[in-house]
Amino acid sequence: MKNRVAIVGVADTEVGVVPQYSATQLYVRAARLALADAGITKDQVDGLITCASWAEPYLYHAEMIAEYMQIFPRYCMGAPAGGGTTLAMMHHAASAIVTGICHTVLVTMADSQVSGLSRDKAVEIMATAGHPQFERPYGPPIPAFYALLARAHEHAYGTTAEQRAAVAVACRKHASLNPAAQMRQPITIDDVLASRMIADPLHLLDCSLVSDGGAAFIMTSAERARDFKQKPVYLLGVGEGHSHEHVSQALSLTTSAAKESGERAFAMAGLQPSDVDVAELYDCFTPVVIIELEDLGFCPKGEGGRFVEGGRIEIGGELPVNTHGGLLSHCHPGHPGSMFAITEAVRQLRGSCGARQVPGAKIALVHGQGGIMSTHCTAIFGSEPI
Amino acid sequence: MTNSQGKPIPVPTLETAPYWEGCRQHQLRIQRCNDCGQYQFFPRLYCSKCFGERVDWVNATGRASVVSFTVVRRPVSPAYANEVPYVVALVRLEEGPQMMTNIIGCAPEEVKIGMIVEVVFDDWTETISIPKFRPAETVP
Ligand SMILES: [Zn+2]
Repeated sequence: MKNRVAIVGVADTEVGVVPQYSATQLYVRAARLALADAGITKDQVDGLITCASWAEPYLYHAEMIAEYMQIFPRYCMGAPAGGGTTLAMMHHAASAIVTGICHTVLVTMADSQVSGLSRDKAVEIMATAGHPQFERPYGPPIPAFYALLARAHEHAYGTTAEQRAAVAVACRKHASLNPAAQMRQPITIDDVLASRMIADPLHLLDCSLVSDGGAAFIMTSAERARDFKQKPVYLLGVGEGHSHEHVSQALSLTTSAAKESGERAFAMAGLQPSDVDVAELYDCFTPVVIIELEDLGFCPKGEGGRFVEGGRIEIGGELPVNTHGGLLSHCHPGHPGSMFAITEAVRQLRGSCGARQVPGAKIALVHGQGGIMSTHCTAIFGSEPI
Repeated sequence: MTNSQGKPIPVPTLETAPYWEGCRQHQLRIQRCNDCGQYQFFPRLYCSKCFGERVDWVNATGRASVVSFTVVRRPVSPAYANEVPYVVALVRLEEGPQMMTNIIGCAPEEVKIGMIVEVVFDDWTETISIPKFRPAETVP
C-alpha cells in the first residue's frame, strides 16, 4: 500500500456551533468543498465512505448520502462508530483503491452534536459506551473512563496535572493561530488547573469540545493523483491495533494498542518516529496524547509527561502536535474527529497552513483512537512518495 | 432498597443470568475454566484463554485491590445527581479478573490505588443487586 494511494482533495466545513446546517447537510457540504478542492465533479467519485451521525441517524448511512448526492458508487460503506474507526476508514479507502474495487473514494463525515442534538444529549449518548450490565450501573460519564487511565499513568510513572495541562495549552496555542477553530483564546497551565474538576484528576480544560462540523477528503491511486489540480499527499504507512471494547476489560491501562498500530505503520513506511515533522494525535482528553506519544515511540514508556513539557509539542518545538488545535480546541463533533487531523496533515504537507505552518513539513503522522483507548489506527503521510 | 429510579438497571441475559442470580443472593460469581484453570469476567460461553468449553460458575472471595479510580464530580445523568462526588473504580479480584465498581463506605479522598476492598451488595430491585466494594475490614 506504501506510495500507492494519495489524498487529492480535503475540506472542512464551518465548525463549532453551526446551526445553519443539519448533520446531513454538513456531510454534503464537506463533500462538495472537498470535490472543489480536488477539482473534480461528484460523478468522478466511484467510492463513498461515511460514518454514522447521532443527530440524524440512518440504517444505511452511506447509501443515504449517495442517494442525497445522487451519486452511484461501486463501493459504499457506512462505518458505525467514531474515533479510531474514523481513521481506519481511510485505511479501508486505500485498500479499496489498491485492490481495484474502485478508483476514487470520497470519505465524508460530520455531525451536529450541539445544534442537532444538544450538549447534554450528546454527553448522554456518549455515556452509553459503557457496558450496560457491568459498567453503566456505576455511573461513569466519559471523562471518568479516561480519568481511570490518567490516574493509572500518574501512579505508574509520576505524570502530573501540569504535564497533562501542557497538552491543552499547546492545542489552544495552535487554535489561536487557526481562524477556523472553535476555541481560540490562549490559556495557561494555571487556567487548566483552575478549571472545574470533572472526574479526578481531569479538569474541564483537560476535556475536548462538543461541536458541530464535518470534513471530507478524496483519495485516489498514486498514478491518477498526478492528474488532479492539487499536489498529492501520499500514504506512506498505515496500521491498526485493537485491544478491547470496554475499559474494564483492558489488559493494560497505561499501554495501548497504539503501540501495535504505530509499529505497523512505521514498518510499512520504513520510517521511525524521529522522521516525523508534525503529528496530529487523538486528543479527546489530555492524558491520551501523553500515552500515544509513548506508544507511538516518540519517547520511552513513562516519559510522555516530561516529553510534552517546555513547548516541545508546540509549533516551533521538536514535534508540533495538533497544529489545528485538535479535539481540545479546534472542534470535536464526535465521529468525524480524526477527519480534521487528516485534513490538517494534508494541508501541512501542502505547506498551506499560513500562521500555523510547520516550516518544511514533509512527513506527517496521524493517529486516531476510539472507544476507551480500544481501537487504534496510525497513518503516515508524505509530501512525496519515498 | 436503594432508589434506582432513572438508573440503567441491568437486564440479565442468557449468558449473565447466573451472575445476577448470585448477586441477588449477595454472592459474587465469576467463571472458572476446568481445563486451564483460568478465572474470567465478563461471563463468556468459552474460556477466553484456551477457548475450552468446560467453564463453570464459582463464588469469588469478594476481595479485591483497587487498580485505578476517579471521583466523579459531574453526574452522568440526573439519576446520579444525589450521589456526587462518587468513586468509579477498577478493581482486580483475588482470582485475577478486573471489574468496574463503585467504592463506598469511605470518603472519596481515602481511596488509594492498591487499597484492599471487599464486595458489598446494593439492592436496586427485588432481583437486581449491584456489587460494590468498601475498604476491607481485615487485612489478610
Ligand atoms: Zn481455559
